[in-house]
Amino acid sequence: MRRNVVAIQVELFYWEGCPSHPRALADLREQMTVLGLDPEAIELREVETEGDAERERFVGSPTIRIDGEDVSPIAAEPYGLTCRVYHRRDGRIYPTPDPADLRDALSAAMTTSERS
Amino acid sequence: MPAVGEAAPTFALPDTEGVLHSPDGTKATVVVFTCNHCPYALAWHDRIVELARAYAAHGVSTLAINPNDAERYPRDSPEAMHARVRAGEFDGVPYLRDESQDIARAYDAKTTPDVFVLDAEGTLRYRGAPDADYEDPTQNAVYVRDALDAVLDGHSPQPAQTPPVGCSIKWKLQD
Repeated sequence: MRRNVVAIQVELFYWEGCPSHPRALADLREQMTVLGLDPEAIELREVETEGDAERERFVGSPTIRIDGEDVSPIAAEPYGLTCRVYHRRDGRIYPTPDPADLRDALSAAMTTSERS
Repeated sequence: MPAVGEAAPTFALPDTEGVLHSPDGTKATVVVFTCNHCPYALAWHDRIVELARAYAAHGVSTLAINPNDAERYPRDSPEAMHARVRAGEFDGVPYLRDESQDIARAYDAKTTPDVFVLDAEGTLRYRGAPDADYEDPTQNAVYVRDALDAVLDGHSPQPAQTPPVGCSIKWKLQD
């Protein structure tokens, strides 16, 4: 498959104590592949301590940022080592972002990157 | 730490109104360690409440226990627990506070959720996940339902133990 040559940074922050990051990584890789991005470009960042969480502004595992922007921004959550709550578009609570949200965030970043 | 077939630790913990609850006086008791902030606990929550409602008529009581350190995880504070109860999310299931975390430790609870089924004598008969897939509501907490059916029929649950799945218990940091 032809890869899109766009410069976007995709980071997946995770805490090993929460079992959801493998699923998030698989979803993220799938959406990047669909959009022609290189799934191997994902930067995996383990958050190991409460200090790491503070420093990385980590509100829970997994946290995915594209060009530094959270794919599912939330306000007023304390930083810490925990699992993160996401809401799917059908309203269900999940431990990982909705793949459609990942796709939209990636697409928006690609558009921004192509314009700049 | 109780093994399946051994006596489960007894306790008396307060609900969000301060009323003490214990796992006794019923044909079986479901003790579920849960919380407010964990997506796995939340994803399974409705299934637990549904089974509590369904089995209450068969003499089964269900007790939900939040053991998490609310200082580090404010969404698990007593006030936040009370708000969920007031909102009707527990539909009659007592939501208990394990402030000291002694009961979670006594049960060797690992995650939220972590489910324990006790028979009328207080013997642990099942421990583990509600069912095989938090993503699939049609699973309907079948591990717990099957365990309760077995206990009510005087049989041993199969499986009697499954790996708990969810967020780790948020233990208080030791000085």
